Amino acid sequence: MEYVIEMLGIRKEFNGFVANDDITLQLRKGEIHALLGENGAGKSTLMNVLFGLYQPEKGEIKVHGKKVHITNPNVANELGIGMVHQHFMLVDTFTVTENIILGKEPKSGGKIDIKRAEKEVREISEQYGLSVDPTAKVADISVGMQQRVEILKTLYRGAEILIFDEPTAVLTPQEIKELIQIMKTLIKEGKSIILITHKLKEIMEVCDRVTVIRKGKGIGTVNVAETDPNHLASLMVGREVTFKTEKKEAQPKDNVLEIKDLFVKDSRGIQAVRGLNLAVHAGEIVGICGVDGNGQSELIEAITGLQKVESGSILVSGQDITNLKPRKVTERGVAHIPQDRHKHGLVLDFPIGENMVLQTYYQQPFSKAGVLNYKEIYKKAASLIKEYDVRTPSEYTPARALSGGNQQKAIIGREVDRDPDLLIAAQPTRGLDVGAIEFIHKRLIEQRDKGKAVLLISFELDEILNISDRIAVIYEGEIVAIVNPKETTEQELGLLMAGSKRKKEGEMNV
Amino acid sequence: MSKRFSNIAVPVVSVLLGLIAGAIIMLISGYNPINGYAALWNGAFGDTFYLGETLRQMTPYIFAGLAVAFAFRTGLFNIGVEGQLLVGWLAAVWVGVAFDLPKVIHLPLSLLAAAAAGALWGFIPGFLKARLHVHEVIVTIMMNYIALHVTNHLIRNVISDQADATEAVKETASLKSPFFESVTDYSSLHNGIYLGLIVAIIMWFILEKTTLGYELRSVGFSQHASQYAGMNVNRNIVLSMVISGAFAGLGGAMEGLGTFGNAFLHSGFSGVGFDGIAVALLGGNAAIGVVLASLLFGALKVGALNMPIESGVPNELVEIVIALIIFFVASSYMIKWLLSRFKKEEK
Repeated sequence: MEYVIEMLGIRKEFNGFVANDDITLQLRKGEIHALLGENGAGKSTLMNVLFGLYQPEKGEIKVHGKKVHITNPNVANELGIGMVHQHFMLVDTFTVTENIILGKEPKSGGKIDIKRAEKEVREISEQYGLSVDPTAKVADISVGMQQRVEILKTLYRGAEILIFDEPTAVLTPQEIKELIQIMKTLIKEGKSIILITHKLKEIMEVCDRVTVIRKGKGIGTVNVAETDPNHLASLMVGREVTFKTEKKEAQPKDNVLEIKDLFVKDSRGIQAVRGLNLAVHAGEIVGICGVDGNGQSELIEAITGLQKVESGSILVSGQDITNLKPRKVTERGVAHIPQDRHKHGLVLDFPIGENMVLQTYYQQPFSKAGVLNYKEIYKKAASLIKEYDVRTPSEYTPARALSGGNQQKAIIGREVDRDPDLLIAAQPTRGLDVGAIEFIHKRLIEQRDKGKAVLLISFELDEILNISDRIAVIYEGEIVAIVNPKETTEQELGLLMAGSKRKKEGEMNV
Repeated sequence: MSKRFSNIAVPVVSVLLGLIAGAIIMLISGYNPINGYAALWNGAFGDTFYLGETLRQMTPYIFAGLAVAFAFRTGLFNIGVEGQLLVGWLAAVWVGVAFDLPKVIHLPLSLLAAAAAGALWGFIPGFLKARLHVHEVIVTIMMNYIALHVTNHLIRNVISDQADATEAVKETASLKSPFFESVTDYSSLHNGIYLGLIVAIIMWFILEKTTLGYELRSVGFSQHASQYAGMNVNRNIVLSMVISGAFAGLGGAMEGLGTFGNAFLHSGFSGVGFDGIAVALLGGNAAIGVVLASLLFGALKVGALNMPIESGVPNELVEIVIALIIFFVASSYMIKWLLSRFKKEEK
């Protein structure tokens, strides 16, 4: 069997910390090869070695059987290695074509030959079924399209081997399906693909083989046909993992959250929530499921007081909280695990300890008469860090230095500890690995069992189906259906999310 | 590399690099750098008179530096310290001239007037930023010019009758210290230095120990997270500018009630407010750092006056050294990189 890329016995250290220890990855021609590992396992390091951003201390890299030294990304490009980054490297105000040719502009007499470039881009786009408009501005196209522009960029530069870095993290279910189709087309056209991911379902669906790394060590390579998600998960985490989170039947009690005829505009002044009705009871998890941009963010912001409510009402435990300031909403017993933990959830430059009192610093015992009591703050922080298994060198470490999973555990610890009546969890497991997801799901269910109302917003259908007691489908700012997770399927949800099937008012049990 | 280590190492290395670069320039221009720096040292610390002058020069720098640093910690760039200082100066002198009161009331009242005037001058850009998202850099620069010309107008036409300066402030409002005069050979050192150190402690306390400081720092790092946490971001922006302006206004009082004892027409900016930006930068925007950086700047400014006399080096050269130090602090990334290089080689 011919290998297009062989990374043999790669070792990479950073100041004594071993990020990659004797890892071997062999990519066959025409296969989709998954690189699987938890956050911080060393996947990105390994790929950065391949892409020439890091130099390995030990080991060798062969391309088409020949030993190579990839000293910088340009060398990688020349060898036909292209990377589709997780965070797109695109100039928003440029057109698709301008972005693609950037740094490799076709010229005629000192002028950029944009017509020729557009033609070439269109040809490549058609060849691989990408259906990208070469003249569209990047700012105007969807995230899924932007990713295709990234793919086109590598193809335009003649890549034979494509590295996809967690490509589905930013996509909607529909876009994921399309991406998988594109990857299959790429293989058909003779390309080879390395897919960095920690989503087992995707691996099972598209990959041929998978190389697992754990804590910087290569665990081995297995054929996807001969394995199953449970086995992969245990290889990745190093212990047995349960997918189906165990939970008892929900015992819903009184209404905690009651939303009536809610209208909210988004930050650009466009009506995002249009007459939304929803109720969440104590002791149940209601999952809001929908394609991104159907009013989910605005709904959460309206509840938590971050966005103005145009009309309608929001009640928490019978008290009207419509258009209250965020602090008042917090004090009425609402906790919020925000969608963007970096932007909203944490002050990244504060020590993790000080982040633990972000909403309570002004209350006793953390302060008295306006003077902070650091002893109490750090005592609380230390106990939360222990209870929620936040892995950090100390309470004094800046939040920025923690891994995503540990940042999220810290936020969840802080929010749950306030003992709220209503817990809003917006994409609580976004970008996290299986172990952390399992932990977070358990905590959410634990809150439910304690009699809290939990409102879950997620774009992962699996997550919604797995832990919700009721599913509310949101479409264009309205709840269009309430379904029972036990009686529905992904297909039905997909149709409801797309707005093609709307349940009548009478059928809805809001 | 620990943060604490780099917070101390970067300014120290910057100062050393600035001095070395200054020495090279002296050599190129045909002066002896050893004589030059000896003269600088003698002019700043050589005897008690010079020491007194250095500490006196340091005083307004502390206030200006604290003002810049305080705003900066809340994520605001207060370029308007110069203007806030000028209005504080005039307000202090006005109260100092216009009233006859016992010292225990008169002096605090004059200081309070200075702080209030500076606070008002800081409030305007803070309010515009919070309400209308007008960038504070633009507004504070404008406010500097308004302060310069308004104070000049008031001195010439309102407080005096077409004179170039106001009367001297009453003894009951003066910061002058017979004790300092006697121990420093009649230097112009005044009691303001105590106040500077007290205000530095106040700033440290507010920022590090109070819930207000927690909010201000939080807003400085992340407005989004602060808003999410229920803090009033706009109120904190205004408050930060007001406190910053009050510090700057007090800096003006140091000149008006201490060093000069009056207010006079300025043909241009005093420069203290702008030097405050450099002081804050060098001091890492921390209270103790600002005090140390003020001492350095005070010493450089006062010592420079002795350089032409004792060594023939033009004192403009000190301005170049100061500029180089600021350059090296501003390029702290480069110095951090150098430091980590040295550390690696040690291994």
